[in-house]
Parts: sequence; C-alpha cells; structure tokens
Amino acid sequence: MSVLAFIELDENNIKKSSLESAGYAAEVAKRLGTTATAVALGAVAGGELEGLGKLGIQKVLHATDGRLKEENIQAYASVLAQAVEKEGAEVVVFAKSSLGDAVASRLAAKLKAGLAANVVDLPDLINGFRVKRSIYTGKAFAITEIKSGKKVLTIKKNAFSPSQSGNTATVEPFTPTLNDADFSVAIKEKVKATGDILLPEADVVVSGGRGLKGPEHWSIIEDLAKALGAATACSKPVSDLGWRPHHEHVGQTGLKISPNLYIAVGISGAIQHLAGVNSSKVIVAINKDPESPFFKAADYGIVGDAFDVVPRLTQAVKAL
Amino acid sequence: MKILVCITHVPDTTSKISFTDNNTKLNKAGVQYIIGPYDDYALARAIELKEASGGTVTVLNVGEADTEPTIRKALAIGADDAIRINAYPEDAYFVATQIAEVARTNTYDLILKGRESIQLHGCQDHGQVVGRDSLAFTGGQGHGLGGELLGSPSVSPVMQVDITGGLAKITREIEGGKEYLEVKLPFVAGCQEPIAEWKIPNMRGIMSARTKPLQVVNPTSNETVTTVAQFELPPPKGTVKMIPAERAEELITLLRNEAKVI
Ligand SMILES: Cc1cc2nc3c(=O)[nH]c(=O)nc-3n(C[C@H](O)[C@H](O)[C@H](O)COP(=O)(O)OP(=O)(O)OC[C@H]3O[C@@H](n4cnc5c(N)ncnc54)[C@H](O)[C@@H]3O)c2cc1C
Ligand SMILES: Nc1ncnc2c1ncn2[C@@H]1O[C@H](COP(=O)(O)O)[C@@H](O)[C@H]1O
Repeated sequence: MSVLAFIELDENNIKKSSLESAGYAAEVAKRLGTTATAVALGAVAGGELEGLGKLGIQKVLHATDGRLKEENIQAYASVLAQAVEKEGAEVVVFAKSSLGDAVASRLAAKLKAGLAANVVDLPDLINGFRVKRSIYTGKAFAITEIKSGKKVLTIKKNAFSPSQSGNTATVEPFTPTLNDADFSVAIKEKVKATGDILLPEADVVVSGGRGLKGPEHWSIIEDLAKALGAATACSKPVSDLGWRPHHEHVGQTGLKISPNLYIAVGISGAIQHLAGVNSSKVIVAINKDPESPFFKAADYGIVGDAFDVVPRLTQAVKAL
Repeated sequence: MKILVCITHVPDTTSKISFTDNNTKLNKAGVQYIIGPYDDYALARAIELKEASGGTVTVLNVGEADTEPTIRKALAIGADDAIRINAYPEDAYFVATQIAEVARTNTYDLILKGRESIQLHGCQDHGQVVGRDSLAFTGGQGHGLGGELLGSPSVSPVMQVDITGGLAKITREIEGGKEYLEVKLPFVAGCQEPIAEWKIPNMRGIMSARTKPLQVVNPTSNETVTTVAQFELPPPKGTVKMIPAERAEELITLLRNEAKVI
C-alpha cells in the first residue's frame, strides 16, 4: 500500500498547488501508516524533485520520455495507472486544476476508484474514508465517503498548508509503456503567456470589472498586481468585450479561484461573479457605488473612484 | 453527424443554499432549476454543428421524472430528441457508466458535455435524502470518466470546436493561455464559453418541444463508489470593514498586520 501524488509542472517548475497536494498525500500516508510517492512527468528544474522530501514524500518516480513533455491527458492517465500498479497505491492525490480534473477522472475510471473533487480537508479515517469537499461554488461542503478500495482525490488550492520536515526524496527513473492510442489527441500549438503568475496558482489576485471603462486603463490593475506579486483577473463582461483574455475571467462561467487575497476593482459583485471568488480567504472591494453588492461579500471595502484609489494603494504597497 | 449532448438539471446559481433534515437534504423551497450553464454551451454548439452540416442532436439526462421540464427546454432550444435514464444521479461513476451504455448502443460521432456540473461545483442536486439517494457528484470529471469508459479521447475545457471530414480542430483553454488540438471523431468534449452563443427557445421551439420524442430508459446497474454522508454550511461571513477613500492607504497596513495576507 502507498499514497501517490501527481506533480504538475509550469515551465519545468513544480506548481505551488502540486506542492500543497504532495504535502497532503504525505500527511494521508502518515495517517495510514504508509509512505508517499510522487510521480513527475517531463523535465523538472534541478533539485526540485529531491526537495519534495521536505514535504514528507519518500520517493519520486520520474518519467522523462520525450512524448510526455506535452500535457497529454490520455497518456498521463495511463502512466499514472502504471505507477499505481507498480507502487500498489491505494490513494492518488491531484491538485484541483484543469489538467488534474482531466487526468484524475480518466484514472478513476481505469481503476474503478471513487473520486472526490475539490477536497478541502484531511480525510476522516475513523468512519471509512471520508473527505470534506467544497460544493455549490463554495456555498456549502459535502462530507463524502469513498467506498471503493482505490481512491482518487483532487485538492482545492489553498485548502491545505503542508508541514516542512526536512528530508530528501529519492528520485527513481520511471519508464512506463506508452501506446500510440494514448496520443490520439494531437497537440498542434500552445499559446501561453510566459513569466506571468498563473491565476489559479496565485496567492493574491487583483481583478478589474467594467468600472474600469476600457482596456487602456488596465495599467492601474497591473501595477498594483505587480507591486503585490499578484495575478490579474477580470469579470465576464470584461473578457466578453475582449478587454482581457478569457483565461482571466472568474465566476460561474469562468475560473473558480481561492487565493489568500482577492481585490475587486470596479466590479459590481453579481452572484455569478462571486461564485468564482467566494472561497478567497480575504476579499477587498473597491467601488464608487456604496450600494454595490460586493461590499456584502467583502472583508474590507473602500467606496471611491478606482482611478484615484488604486494608484495610491500601489504606492502604499511599494512603501512597505 | 450524430451528436449526443449530456445535460444536467441544476439549481440556478442565484439560489440560496440551505439544508434540512439534519443537514442531509437540500432545502428545495424557492430553488429554480436550469440546464447547467456549461451544458447550455454544449447544446448551443451541437445545434450550430447540425445546422451547418446536417445530422441529429440528442440530449441525455440521468435523472428522475422531475428533470423533464429541463429536458423539454433543451428540446425547445433545438435538440431533435431526448433520452432520460430514469435514475437518481447518485455519483459521478454511476452517471458516467450509464451515459457510456447509451453511447455504446447508439454510436454517436460526438459526445458533448459541460466542462463541469457548475454552480454546484461538482454536486448536481435533486434534493434527495443522503445515504441511499446521496448527491455525490464530482466536479468536472464527467468527460474524463466517460471518455475512458468508452475508450475514446476526452478533451476539456473546450472553447472552440470545428469539424471537417471526421477531424475536429479544437481550442482548449489551459492555465494562462490556449492549446490547439486535432482529434478524430468520436470523442468526448467538456465545453465552456465561447464555444457558442447561448440559445433562448422561441415560441415555435417551445410548441414543437412538446411533441418531440423523449425516451425513458432504465439504468443497467446501480453501482456507485462514493456517497455523501452529510452537508455543512460555511461559518457566517463577518461584517465588512470600510476604509474611507481619503485614507485608502490604511488598507495596505490592515492587509499586512491584521489580515496577514500580504
Ligand atoms: C448565467 C450567467 C453567468 C454569468 N457568469 C459570470 C461569470 O462567470 N463572471 C462574471 O463576472 N459575471 C458573470 N455573469 C455576469 C454577471 O451577472 C454580471 O453582469 C457581471 O459580473 C458584471 O460585471 P461588472 O461587475 O464588471 O460590470 P458592472 O455590473 O457594469 O459593474 C461595474 C461596477 O463598477 C463600478 N464603477 C464604475 N465606475 C467606477 C469607478 N470609476 N471606480 C470604482 N468603481 C466604479 C460600478 O459602481 C459598478 O458596480 C453571468 C451572468 C449570467 C446570467
Ligand atoms: N445527471 C446527468 N445527466 C446527464 N449528464 C450529466 C449528468 N451529470 C453530469 N453530466 C454531464 O457531465 C458534465 C460534467 O459533470 P461533472 O463531472 O458532474 O462536473 C456535465 O456538464 C454534463 O454534461
């Protein structure tokens, strides 16, 4: 028996959400009286895999086959199934992300494993295997029991902070069998902003709405984000109007994020928008309308003109 | 081209969520049910594809009789016929196996699902008692489970899909950007905007929906792998602390010293 953690990469670095889920896997392994193994596919920056030992991971299976460089959902699922087999794993832990969702679900079907998505807490092992999941876009939780022998979990970002113990993980080369059928989806091209903090990974997010009046005013959002080391986001009309790219749009039809801090500028706070951000730890609303519904969902609020307030906040951050 | 669109019947996001019966049952009072918003995109694109190159659009829901108004709405929007698998959607595995059974017998060229059973974030809900009739949906897993069960590729979240000569060109959203893919039919896609414009049923659609075929079939198994034991509500939100605009800078101090988030 063991617990497996899937490691997601961004430009050869381990994603923060994967550090959280790897730490989660290690803690589950400890409670089950077993060990945790991580699985990483593709090139990883030097020392990072060994460093997973700090989170309690004992071993890392590292597959470097060139065909695994691209995020190919079917191939990844079949590699993980082979790792599960090799390690005799009972629990497989993913970060909740678009890749995590896609791979975890195919893996669950292969293993006939119960899958719990959006897990926010360590499992209760006294009553079977029960996990708490965030549902209704953060409006409630469901205590879910996984009845199958094998279990697959996806962990919500920012729900678990791993402890640091300080060992080094052993990295083992891993050579899974790959079939052509695993590559039936051809990845032709990938267009991705480089160097930016990925929105689902960010601890701090500065977001703008239609109150900013046009894309030419986004520099005030970007400057504050830069000063805070934050990612930028936007409301749906802003991406519909083409002011910002679609992948920045949060809400019911966009991304669901759960950063430590979400700063909403010139966004009214419609319920469909809140559905994407109400799991944030702290919410700040800046709006010129004192009646804006966002103030009801926020922890801190400023009634004021974004064009006056936001640059002053940027200055204040720089002065810290 | 034969297209299958899988739709959910879910509470509108604006619904206030509360539970009854010792937190084991959704309080259905005042809850308005809709087609899952991502499923609405899938349906709209399916109809566009049919209008462009012919074929049929079948909608499918795994649910009990109370989901029929939602299914009729999909017919009013333009689907040709519908299948309801008469069972409470107890968990994602159960739903995916039942959808796969139908898909296997009817051989569709394309199966469109939503990216996730949305506002519920992985919990479709019919307000049943937890335990036997639990609500154990996973969020955003239907396409992967379905694809794997059918031995077909699965792609999600899909922002654009165009099909020529049995080959689909797809734009998939990735974190921080997009990916352009090609895959041969059949496959399963989890859809999201801007794949198509949502369609609103017109009067003619509503009238014709009444007579379009809606076939009710029984599930082939009742196997589940998860169950919901109980629900919980988050602790109530504290009150907002307002900072006067003239002293906006104080916010930064509060975020550092009080909230400790920067
Ligand atoms: C089914 C459905 C799904 C949806 N999904 C989403 C979703 O995923 N995400 C999403 O965001 N929306 C979504 N919406 C839309 C949502 O209902 C709102 O229409 C949208 O969020 C409003 O965007 P906004 O707040 O940027 O714009 P507006 O509603 O136009 O609000 C602009 C705000 O800016 C303020 N303002 C104006 N000028 C200034 C200034 N100088 N300084 C400070 N404040 C200023 C105004 O007071 C106002 O509150 C959805 C709607 C539907 C029906
Ligand atoms: N009960 C159901 N009936 C039909 N399709 C469903 C059902 N539940 C989920 N789906 C489909 O699977 C997609 C993903 O759902 P989920 O994995 O539950 O987030 C949905 O958007 C639907 O297309």
